[in-house]
Amino acid sequence: MKRFAQLIQQLELSNKTNDKIAALVNYFNHADDKDKVWVIALFTGKKPKRPIKSALLKYWAINITETPEWLFAESYANVGDLSETIALLLPPAENTSDFQLHKWVEDLHDLEGKDDETKKEFILSAWNKLETQERFIFNKLISGNFRIGVSNKMLVNALAKQSSLDSAQIMHSIMGKWNPYEITFHELINGIHVNTDNSWPYPFCLAYALEQEPEKLGNISEWQAEWKWDGIRGQIVKRNGELFIWSRGEELVTEQFPELHFMIDVLPDGVVLDGEILAVQDKQVLSFSTLQQRLNRKTISKKQLEDAPIGFFVYDILEYEAEDFREEPLSIRRKTLEGLIGGLAESPVMISPVINCHSWEELAKLRQTSRSINSEGIMLKKLTSHYHSGRKRGDWWKWKINPYTVDAVMIYAQKGSGRRANFFTDYTFAVRDGENLVTIAKAYSGLTDKEIKEVNGFVTRNAIEKFGPVRTVKPELVFEIAFEGIAESKRHKAGLALRFPRILRWRKDKKADEINTLEDLRQLLQSTL
Amino acid sequence: MALIEFTKRGIYCKQGDFYIDPWWPVDYAVTTHGHSDHVRFGNKYYLCHTLTKPIIKRRISEDLNVETLEYGESIIRNGVNISFFPAGHIIGSAQVRLAYKGEICVISGDYKIEDDGITTPFEPVKCHSFVSESTFGLPVYKWQKQEVVFNGIKSWVSDNIIQQKTSVLIAYSLGKAQRLIKNLAGGIPIYVHNSIANLNEVIIDAGVKLPKTIRITPETTKDELQKGIVIVPPAMRDSRWIKNLAQPVTGICSGWMQVRAHRRWQSADAGFALSDHADWPGLMEAITATGAEKVYVTHGFTAAFSRFLNDAGIEAAEVLTKFGQEDDEENKVDLVDQNENK
Repeated sequence: MKRFAQLIQQLELSNKTNDKIAALVNYFNHADDKDKVWVIALFTGKKPKRPIKSALLKYWAINITETPEWLFAESYANVGDLSETIALLLPPAENTSDFQLHKWVEDLHDLEGKDDETKKEFILSAWNKLETQERFIFNKLISGNFRIGVSNKMLVNALAKQSSLDSAQIMHSIMGKWNPYEITFHELINGIHVNTDNSWPYPFCLAYALEQEPEKLGNISEWQAEWKWDGIRGQIVKRNGELFIWSRGEELVTEQFPELHFMIDVLPDGVVLDGEILAVQDKQVLSFSTLQQRLNRKTISKKQLEDAPIGFFVYDILEYEAEDFREEPLSIRRKTLEGLIGGLAESPVMISPVINCHSWEELAKLRQTSRSINSEGIMLKKLTSHYHSGRKRGDWWKWKINPYTVDAVMIYAQKGSGRRANFFTDYTFAVRDGENLVTIAKAYSGLTDKEIKEVNGFVTRNAIEKFGPVRTVKPELVFEIAFEGIAESKRHKAGLALRFPRILRWRKDKKADEINTLEDLRQLLQSTL
Repeated sequence: MALIEFTKRGIYCKQGDFYIDPWWPVDYAVTTHGHSDHVRFGNKYYLCHTLTKPIIKRRISEDLNVETLEYGESIIRNGVNISFFPAGHIIGSAQVRLAYKGEICVISGDYKIEDDGITTPFEPVKCHSFVSESTFGLPVYKWQKQEVVFNGIKSWVSDNIIQQKTSVLIAYSLGKAQRLIKNLAGGIPIYVHNSIANLNEVIIDAGVKLPKTIRITPETTKDELQKGIVIVPPAMRDSRWIKNLAQPVTGICSGWMQVRAHRRWQSADAGFALSDHADWPGLMEAITATGAEKVYVTHGFTAAFSRFLNDAGIEAAEVLTKFGQEDDEENKVDLVDQNENK
């Protein structure tokens, strides 16, 4: 388990994706094959069943270390993690162990159904032959998740790099159904258990932001206008009787959205749809913050299914009758789409409606109403356009509505990276809450180089405190912050979180006592719910 | 009557009319060691260990009026007998023993139990009352033997050199830096920042043997540094200078690095739990050895630690100090170093 302990340590120490991938590749190059299978299982949330409750682990640790319960609580508060607190509290191990990760997992599995005394004996003896970092991991194997910032995509990229296999294929393989106790590493990444021919998605066609007057695009009759939805872009793939849902982040998310599984019976084989995964109720799109409750969940509760029901608004069809359909013009693709699923009534899957408009002026007016239906503006697609791979200028445009704004004061600053490494470019902003300032957002971009230098000088002269790389500065500089949405948040002190905050402009004309209040934002939040 | 009281200016001995590590200017300041949160500018007289004298003169001002004592030596001030005993914290660090009419009180300053190979090792002193720090006064803070930590640092450095990375260790320029130098020397060349090199000179002049290090100058090449170990003070941590090195990776040497959350929060590339403070078993061992009837707890986890002592039958009280609520010098910006860089 030493190698795995080392991997966890390396993954924790870096915030850089490249470093993490390098650590993973290095691990997959050297580790035992059976261990690798378990690492993939653990990182993708395939947890082994818990043989022992965490409360028991804590109880035994308190017992053998003779630590008063309150002192354990104090220690836990300082450390912030139960598995780690126990690992640190225990006396140094008297023995060592060369057991590999899979051996520990299997031994823990065998404890299932044994009495507490047997379990205790096993755990205590394990603790006594593991170093602190190994003990921490051992405790995590029993009690919790490995939250170490490795996304499925990152894991897949590392595996692809290490094995020279195609990453979409590996994604399908590891997201498929497999049993870590039975499958070999080779079988797993080669997808013996799945048919990767069935799952592969197409690259998404993306749009540039419209920065000119729409009139310059020519006659509106050459264009198809649709609402721009604020959800998760996705593809539904149906081939050979199997259904797959991919997210824009090239992750397979089929299991996360059971509401869409009925499409397996609706769609014929050889169809790929492009669309938006949204929270939808009675055909109405709900806010992004509602959708968020359903994202990146390993399991979904009944309540979440009820509170945030999922729908799929279809934009396009990329494969039809098992043929690549992307070279057909949009008008034909749209007709085909309507013929295929236009008849679906009372279904969470519907074609994203086309906005019928006869003039740009009329469309501009409609655009202003976007927010009332939780849309973030309008998409303009040329009726003759193909479905391009990636971003291409000219055929597709996003014409978004203006963002929300708030005036806030800068209270923390941190140096940037890369070209901006020597300047304070990352700022944290606060609004007023009675006598206090409460932070609402962190933002990086949006200032000119000249302004950055100016702010940098201010930070250097007005730094009050230093916490690691962060400076607390005198609350004096006011900025207008633009953002796309607002949601309740228990994690932030303000009780709310802004979506996509960025600096719109530096309000040199405003003083810190003229900024917005938390109450202003709360009212905005209420009005969007 | 008690020998010490806790005032706004710091620990005060009324019978002798002097302060121990005061944080506001006083007439007579008994100084446990040279860290900036224990010795301030502006006192009329300072009393410290012989080795601390050149350090505080270098760091604060050449004009200080300083009297010195060796370990075990004593002087009488207004009838109070003051003597110094090794605290094992950093070079020149002392526990202050006060004796008056049969009553004995010891103020630990900062201390550690483990012999770090360069500081005179900690020596327990019998007393009636004992003022102890508790920087790491929670049972999750148990240090590994320093050999283990140093082996960890050495293998980190070797890996970095192979991968063409530059190893930069962040360490307080007084104490931690010399401990690293002493224990890492002998193979890979050690390059030190100006402020550390200056202090090293003072320490060597005072008669302490330190392994050879190389002062970093504008002429030092990136290639040389990449193949060596670079030691810089905390103030340099986010500096442009480090960012411009060849693939720099930073390692923080501090007791706080024991805990993952602290390691991640510090955004360093590596954390090594190496402390000049006593760990939990160390604090318990030291306190038991004094045989004190009354323990005053300062600096750190004062509430938890004093409660534990009381429950264990040792009368203890929590004392708030000006710096008690902060992380101590291990994480604080070294203002003296910063000034020296200019």
